[in-house]
Amino acid sequence: MSNRIVAPSPHLHGDFCTPRIMRDVVIALIPAFAFSVFIYGWTAVWTTGIAILSCMLFEWFISRFLLRQANCTLGDWSAVVTGTLLAFNLPATISPWLIVLGALVAIGIGKMSFGGLGRNPFNPALVGRVFLLISFPVQMTSSAFIPTGGPVLDALSGATPLAVVKDALKTHTPVTELMPDFDLSGMLLGFKDGSMGEIGAAALLLGGLYLLIRRVISWRIPVFVLGTMLVFAAILWLVDPAQYINPLFHVLTGGALLGAIFMATDYVTSPMSKRGQVIFAIGIGVITMLIRVWGAYPEGISFAILIMNATVPLINMYVKPSRFGGRNPKKK
Amino acid sequence: MQRKEANKMLKTFRLGGVHPHDHKISRNESIRVFDVPATVTIPLGQHIGAPATATVQKGDKVRVGDVIGTATGFVSANIHSSVSGTVTAVEAALDGANLRKPAVTIAVEGDEWNPEIDRTDTLVKECTLEPKEIIARIAAAGIVGLGGATFPTQVKLSVPPGKTAEILIINGVECEPYLTADYRLMMERGEELLVGCEILMRALGVEECAIGIENNKLEAIKHLKGILAGGSYHKGIRVVPLKMRYPQGGEKQLIAAITRREVPSGALPIDVGAVVQNVGTTYAVYQAVQKRRPIVDRVVTVTGKGLGRPSNLLVRIGTPIHLLIEACGGMPEDTGKVINGGPMMGRAMANIEAPVTKGTSGVLLMSTGESMRGREMPCIQCAKCVEACPMGLEPYLISKLSRLGIYDRLERERTADCIECGCCAFTCPSNLPLLDYIRLGKAETLKIIRARQVK
Amino acid sequence: MNETLIYTIAILVGLGLIAAVVLYFVAQKFKVYEDPRIDQTEAMLPGANCGGCGFPGCRGMAEALVKQDDISALYCPVGGAATMQSVAEFLGKAVAEKEPMVAVVRCGGSFCNRPRTNTFNGARSCAVEASLYGGETGCTFGCLGNGDCTRVCNFDAIHMNPETGLPEVDEERCTACGACVKACPKHIIELRKKGLKGRRVYVNCVNQDKGAVTRKACTVGCIGCGKCVKTCPFEAITLENNLAYIDPAKCRLCRKCVAVCPTGAIVAVNFPTPVPAATGSTPATPAAQQETTVAAATQKTKNATEGGEQNA
Repeated sequence: MSNRIVAPSPHLHGDFCTPRIMRDVVIALIPAFAFSVFIYGWTAVWTTGIAILSCMLFEWFISRFLLRQANCTLGDWSAVVTGTLLAFNLPATISPWLIVLGALVAIGIGKMSFGGLGRNPFNPALVGRVFLLISFPVQMTSSAFIPTGGPVLDALSGATPLAVVKDALKTHTPVTELMPDFDLSGMLLGFKDGSMGEIGAAALLLGGLYLLIRRVISWRIPVFVLGTMLVFAAILWLVDPAQYINPLFHVLTGGALLGAIFMATDYVTSPMSKRGQVIFAIGIGVITMLIRVWGAYPEGISFAILIMNATVPLINMYVKPSRFGGRNPKKK
Repeated sequence: MQRKEANKMLKTFRLGGVHPHDHKISRNESIRVFDVPATVTIPLGQHIGAPATATVQKGDKVRVGDVIGTATGFVSANIHSSVSGTVTAVEAALDGANLRKPAVTIAVEGDEWNPEIDRTDTLVKECTLEPKEIIARIAAAGIVGLGGATFPTQVKLSVPPGKTAEILIINGVECEPYLTADYRLMMERGEELLVGCEILMRALGVEECAIGIENNKLEAIKHLKGILAGGSYHKGIRVVPLKMRYPQGGEKQLIAAITRREVPSGALPIDVGAVVQNVGTTYAVYQAVQKRRPIVDRVVTVTGKGLGRPSNLLVRIGTPIHLLIEACGGMPEDTGKVINGGPMMGRAMANIEAPVTKGTSGVLLMSTGESMRGREMPCIQCAKCVEACPMGLEPYLISKLSRLGIYDRLERERTADCIECGCCAFTCPSNLPLLDYIRLGKAETLKIIRARQVK
Repeated sequence: MNETLIYTIAILVGLGLIAAVVLYFVAQKFKVYEDPRIDQTEAMLPGANCGGCGFPGCRGMAEALVKQDDISALYCPVGGAATMQSVAEFLGKAVAEKEPMVAVVRCGGSFCNRPRTNTFNGARSCAVEASLYGGETGCTFGCLGNGDCTRVCNFDAIHMNPETGLPEVDEERCTACGACVKACPKHIIELRKKGLKGRRVYVNCVNQDKGAVTRKACTVGCIGCGKCVKTCPFEAITLENNLAYIDPAKCRLCRKCVAVCPTGAIVAVNFPTPVPAATGSTPATPAAQQETTVAAATQKTKNATEGGEQNA
């Protein structure tokens, strides 16, 4: 009789668990990873490998020796996710020591300094990326290794497509002159220049679909981020098609897809209620477009996500989920 | 696939909910009458509210159906003897939680019934009693909500002045996994059940009655629809198939699913014109009103994956629970938990010699492996609990506030609305004991609210 | 270039001046007079903000001390008589003498004394366990061992002993603020007189079951036999609901009850000499054993610290 177990209800548990969720995110990133290996070759493998390994190492070290946690959180795969996302936000040719530094900032400052998994207000991978972007702008934005290319890549070689568009805006030359023949289907497939994880739009969408099917993420955040960007860009485009680029171009380039599907949906740093998530996503879309069109940087989604991350506690405080009993069609 | 298609068309409630596997392994076992045990212990508090006052003393002779405890106060219920024999003790006895609660212990001698009770199986359809008389008979029979909440039925039927009931909802959802007691009752006592519906409609003065059944019980839906198609029952009674989703059997969720009306925070179902009664309760109402038979027994599902013979038993109130387990193939070696009720809201028992009460809808055995909770991990703010909460609350927040003892904020977060369905803890990927702490916070919040009302 | 510089400086200085003037008037208008003695009194208090005095923090206590004419009802359990004395001198008010108190855990149901009959698998919280059922042992009154008391202590003065599964109070650190008393859902912990040199005699049990039930559940439970009541020369012991209670105000520490208690439920702590031989035939061994275990347990406080952290 001594093995009788007594506990409060419920006595059943669903099949969701944190490591499974994190593993699913890693699996969803595999197509994009495979694509960047296809484009950049072994350098992509090295970059990703170094990022993941250093993230795990820092997580273990800080958790074990600095925070002295009884249970190390290494087993929950969250460091692997952070490492992969960080790598995807870097150019493939970046030097290894910068990756390690980025990992240290991502894990050490972005995550563990707040107490570890679940307590960080900002997305750790983005903290790492933005740190590198601001500290080492040349290495972070200089053109990556240009694969022996088809016609599309020739047209765009030298700078990322968004940088080209930015130049057009600054010099008030019509974009069509600078980029006479950009090809949307090529972009969807990923034949363009950029960070490792940014390029394969189709592969990213595939990963996003997997996460949706596995119910790891909900459709709200990605759809509202991309939708807002689309609407914003479409308005500008309709006003002046010569000066502003096709809205689809905005959605498919830069980190928009990576950010909307994998970074903005990060559980820890996104709001809890559905309405809150929508507000959060619209905010990201708007800020991204503001930075892209009028800001100093050609790309803005990392900053947009970080800025909106900061508003999450406020959103959680004031935007409550739809309560039961709130809706009542019955006449009183 | 077809069923999935059908699912989409069906009604359900708006917010939250989870989909646990239903494990209805005892669904095809017809109700067996369980033998009268040698002694029964009948607790005097088998309902929500004040325990009944014992009216017998040690040494008294009682028959089946005799009153042994009378209701004390408005929210209370009569207690009847479930056996005939001699009262051996009127004192505190251990309940399933190992706590001592007032009870009457009776040594069984023969099976002599109170002669007022009609024990025949003949269906009595005619009921010409006035609503007041019906309610009086229900109160006399000590009927409480047999779904597990054990709220005295006569209180629910007494519509407060200024409010009107518009619809009677019969809860045949049985959304708890494993349990099949209500399902068997619908299959085997369909006619009696429908008469019960008519009686309740008469008592409430309503012309509409919806029997909500989840569509994992297609046979029950078909069976009851078939009887209704005969046309001999009130035209206002209809069967409403519902999409499978836990906790559809929750009173507020069921009303929302069937009528699209949501009971406002702090209000009662009658405020939206609905009265909900469980299938088992409705059957008990039929027996009480037409046969003058109080609650002396009930259907209990005894089930579990490791159990030799999962069954649906008709058990006398007060029978020790371990006897039921023995009758169903005995306790498996690796039993970890014995649960009184279903796996989502039932109570794990520390003492299995505790008696069957009016609220015992099932006895579920779980192996040690199934019973142990997973290792707790940090909250990753995944919002799965917020998504799953059928009341639209934020379990992660309420749980944290309760744990930290920040009670003043709990009320603003509408903690008192929590129905303790367990969806949040069920869905939590970090295995956090969300509901454990929410219950504490809810109790504190209710205390605060009550203290203010007294002022 | 120079002009720009001058303009800039001039504008900034102007803005600063305007802001300063506005701020000055606003500060004057909304000034709240506060007795400076409140600050000074607060400085004299320990600053633990434990709430042991009944106020939300030391500031609240200081305000009350300054504003109320009669402060004899107020007491700072942390600072004790010395603090109250100095505060009273500073404010020129009279203060009531209060004896130092200490939290006492009244349960001896360690793992070896009280066999477990089931395992609790819910949240590690006594409040949760208590609201669910009677607990892991046959005794439904005793300590649940989840350490709610250790988590509320602001002074690191109460810790779980992993070997006994019971909390232990560090008498040096305990300030008798009463936080653990409130946190315990079983009401096991009581604030008692610290006593001369920490010497105390108390019933180490709160079980109100009948004797036979108690005996079955725990070897050191109070079975309500009443021997101590008869033995006590000072009428300090009362028996209610099968449970003896020693009134600390009446107890003169003679320890006769300790000697006669058949289960060793009455405990005497911090006495240098063993319990005097019992007047009757009852052997004094169980009680003596109890005393040594308590003494030994106090030494084990260090081990208990780790247990407390695990629970926290």
